[in-house]
Amino acid sequence: MPFQSTVGDYQTVATLETFGFLPPMTQDEIYDQIAYIIAQGWSPLVEHVHPSNSMATYWSYWKLPFFGEKDLNVVVSELEACHRAYPDHHVRIVGYDAYTQSQGSCFVVFEGR
Amino acid sequence: MSKKYDAGVKEYRDTYWTPDYVPLDTDLLACFKCTGQEGVPKEEVAAAVAAESSTGTWSTVWSELLTDLDFYKGRCYRIEDVPGDKESFYAFIAYPLDLFEEGSITNVLTSLVGNVFGFKALRHLRLEDIRFPMAFIKSCYGPPNGIQVERDRMNKYGRPLLGCTIKPKLGLSGKNYGRVVYECLRGGLDFTKDDENINSQPFQRWQNRFEFVAEAIKLSEQETGERKGHYLNVTANTPEEMYERAEFAKELGMPIIMHDFITGGFTANTGLSKWCRKNGMLLHIHRAMHAVIDRHPKHGIHFRVLAKCLRLSGGDQLHTGTVVGKLEGDRQTTLGYIDQLRESFVPEDRSRGNFFDQDWGSMPGVFAVASGGIHVWHMPALVAIFGDDSVLQFGGGTHGHPWGSAAGAAANRVALEACVKARNAGREIEKESRDILMEAGKHSPELAIALETWKEIKFEFDTVDKLDVQN
Repeated sequence: MPFQSTVGDYQTVATLETFGFLPPMTQDEIYDQIAYIIAQGWSPLVEHVHPSNSMATYWSYWKLPFFGEKDLNVVVSELEACHRAYPDHHVRIVGYDAYTQSQGSCFVVFEGR
Repeated sequence: MSKKYDAGVKEYRDTYWTPDYVPLDTDLLACFKCTGQEGVPKEEVAAAVAAESSTGTWSTVWSELLTDLDFYKGRCYRIEDVPGDKESFYAFIAYPLDLFEEGSITNVLTSLVGNVFGFKALRHLRLEDIRFPMAFIKSCYGPPNGIQVERDRMNKYGRPLLGCTIKPKLGLSGKNYGRVVYECLRGGLDFTKDDENINSQPFQRWQNRFEFVAEAIKLSEQETGERKGHYLNVTANTPEEMYERAEFAKELGMPIIMHDFITGGFTANTGLSKWCRKNGMLLHIHRAMHAVIDRHPKHGIHFRVLAKCLRLSGGDQLHTGTVVGKLEGDRQTTLGYIDQLRESFVPEDRSRGNFFDQDWGSMPGVFAVASGGIHVWHMPALVAIFGDDSVLQFGGGTHGHPWGSAAGAAANRVALEACVKARNAGREIEKESRDILMEAGKHSPELAIALETWKEIKFEFDTVDKLDVQN
């Protein structure tokens, strides 16, 4: 018997670009993604913005890009420090690639309200 | 070293077969696969190709002696066997830089694939590859923006982009067409695309389409908080008409337009690409008619040559086939020419069909577009084959979802992100494709239904045009 389905209603969701369609990641899953950024030789970078301005090209840097940082724990503690300082802001991690001047990876870790 | 005029017909190989010649860095090099008529020696066939694609004519003419033809002639400098094929051979030909106008792909092709393809001493002829010298590359504009600028404009990082062609491809009114665009974009796609057949037909004039599409994009951006675009096809009957449509797209604030570079032609494409650079517009390139030219393994032009020509002529995205979908394309060959689109240096690698080292210098890269008969089950293979600098386009795989295009779009977006996440976490996504997709489907009813809908669809036909290897 062929597969039957009743038509469902798709509700539009507001998302924050890459990984916006996945359920929130666990701590281990976030660590995996940061480890990937470091393994690619990209510089970790933490950015934040008030949710009302999330479509802007420029989010505020948290400090400066962590050029050449290889220690996962340092990156994690900086992400958390940024979140503590701006609890109502979106906070994202970027894998900054100086060779292409682009972002090899970029996703929101803490969603502000 | 003046010569005497000696009227008559000379053998081509006396002048154009020069096995001792060492190609210059500034030479344009070409590799042809030649299949001669029976009884004609290889050297004569190869020399004829060199002659007819450069300075030669069938007869000696007095006016040749007014110039130094040795300086301008193309030379066949090497002949190689084709692995696993007794009747054909490769001829490598060097052309001096002075034979070509700066920045003109049209001029290069008119010479290299002009009259010579109808030459009677040949049964078949195929242009397999061209090595463009840096001196020529620097005279071309290339992609109006390139991969990095496109990512910055569209704010898409760390993953392939996701698109789909609006269907049905013909027959929708402007308002209905805009509706389908809106559904796809609100469902999570980055781009939608005009079908190449859509220009400005009676059922949907271009201006009407552009206006409704613009509204769909703006609304979906507001609702989703993400940047969106639609490739507005400006391909038209005259360049003037194309520019008028492009200007209107810009007036509406649209980020990207589209052109069909083979049916439209290289001159039209290069002009439009320059316009895009000047006006801050991205350019999507479709390739209708390519299979007429590139599919036969012994005659025509290989797609890697057309792809290289397009990168020089200008475009930010180019269709490359999917490897896994409904359209022709062998995996190694496809990897070979997507390198030509995206990398700054591509080494000679016969296992990928690249016959020369190709240095692209500072030329920006072009996104590879995979489109045609693909659905969610193909996602892990597509991410593995094409990598992040690609646009994956699911037409039937979006609109064919039982809940409609928005749900189909969401299913593809969830599948894509699940694959990227798994790849980054070190999983082998092609081997573990089933687990990765089924896990992702647990959190997304849209994906779960898509997985069920397309679970039996495969396109397993043998490739017609394969790499030449000994079997």
